[in-house]
Amino acid sequence: MFVRAIWLILRKDLTVEVRSREIAYTTIFFAVSCILVFAFALVKEGKPPDDGAAGILWIAIAFAGTLALGRGFERERQAETLRALLLAPAPRPAVYLGKLMGIVTLLAGAELLLVPLVSVLFQAPLLRYPGWLTLLLASGTLGFAAVGTLFAAMLVRARSRDVLLPVLLYPITVPVIIAGVRGTAALLQPTVDVEVVRFWIALLVAFDAVFVTLSLWTFEPLMTDG
Amino acid sequence: MNASTTSAHDFDRVSVEEVSRTFGRRRALSRVSFSAPAGGILGLLGPNGAGKSTMLAILATLMRPSSGRVRCGQFDPLTAGASLRGRIGVLGHDLFLYPELTARENLTFFAGLYNLADPDARAAAALRRAGLEDRADDPVGSFSRGMRQRVALERALIHGPRLVLLDEPFTGLDDASARALVARLNELRDAGAILIVATHDLDLAEGLLDQVVFLRDGRVADAMERPDGLRSAYRQVMARRDS
Repeated sequence: MFVRAIWLILRKDLTVEVRSREIAYTTIFFAVSCILVFAFALVKEGKPPDDGAAGILWIAIAFAGTLALGRGFERERQAETLRALLLAPAPRPAVYLGKLMGIVTLLAGAELLLVPLVSVLFQAPLLRYPGWLTLLLASGTLGFAAVGTLFAAMLVRARSRDVLLPVLLYPITVPVIIAGVRGTAALLQPTVDVEVVRFWIALLVAFDAVFVTLSLWTFEPLMTDG
Repeated sequence: MNASTTSAHDFDRVSVEEVSRTFGRRRALSRVSFSAPAGGILGLLGPNGAGKSTMLAILATLMRPSSGRVRCGQFDPLTAGASLRGRIGVLGHDLFLYPELTARENLTFFAGLYNLADPDARAAAALRRAGLEDRADDPVGSFSRGMRQRVALERALIHGPRLVLLDEPFTGLDDASARALVARLNELRDAGAILIVATHDLDLAEGLLDQVVFLRDGRVADAMERPDGLRSAYRQVMARRDS
């Protein structure tokens, strides 16, 4: 039942997104605009700043992720469908994981566009080591979305949720952004130090393990209005 | 619908004992007590802000009481977990439906989430009961309020719950749909379900309710069994505050 509930919620979220394309359009438009602005501001005479690509890629992912989290849970708020999910006999941690997987999948889709875009505009060889980059992006996106999904679900009925979500989310996910930026920057060096990349990925995996476990543990009591 | 289906967490009575609920300094419910047996419809009646929706949220396990307790038979709904939640069906004021999904997809999704065997067949049967087979594959967002209400009712009942909680179930229904809903609620009662209905629609509730709890300012103002002349009883109970 646990895995089935995760799959049902993930499939439902993706079906809704395919029909409305609301999150895809808003996040991609915003992230691409963000990258273009940085490119026009920082690339001088065809020469990008050293290590700038890593930071800009992760800033775009973080901003796009915040938008996706907000819109993803706004949908559940509009007809109070989050309540319906919580009322079902499916384990509530499965509801959390289903929503988390939906956000991670949507962000992964956005990253498929953002990585080549940053790579071209900042002349950064991001795709030179696709395996390492995939590991960095996957672990970083999971960590960011794990914290964000919990906070977005908690704030779904708060009046000022749009303000509170980034205020709560960014301070806690700073380690994810830093590890993602440093790990990606290490991949862009002329000679890649694999140990450095491995260190940042290990840090991200540890962050993921801690925050996914904490979220699974706290989701049920937090979602029952005390 | 089979309200008599047995499970590890089946029960034949819901008891609310001295339940209070506060939001900050505001007291939404104050020492509310009542009991609803299987095979009966209990009405929660009262003006806006009386605490009806808060009471339903507590019964649905979505909210904890600040004090007092709710029992479903011998079980505490907040600690009994998923199995007991599977015996509760809720039709909220908001309809708990995804407007981008079709009626069939909504019902199949919830049938799956309730771990029912053959969700497609359950959804098809629910669509038949709702009289919406010809609109089954249209997005719910394109439906009128009354049609969405009918889908929402079937979503709430798709798993054959023992306890059925309905918040303003007659909203947006035309006369024929409202009569059909009354007939459906009577069927559920006959099948042994426990129905708790919060409504303002005294005309439709007249003759439907076996038991009425009048709420006013979060307190039980009065309780009656099968009241004659619901509207006049309501007026009398609510007028006591002013006298």
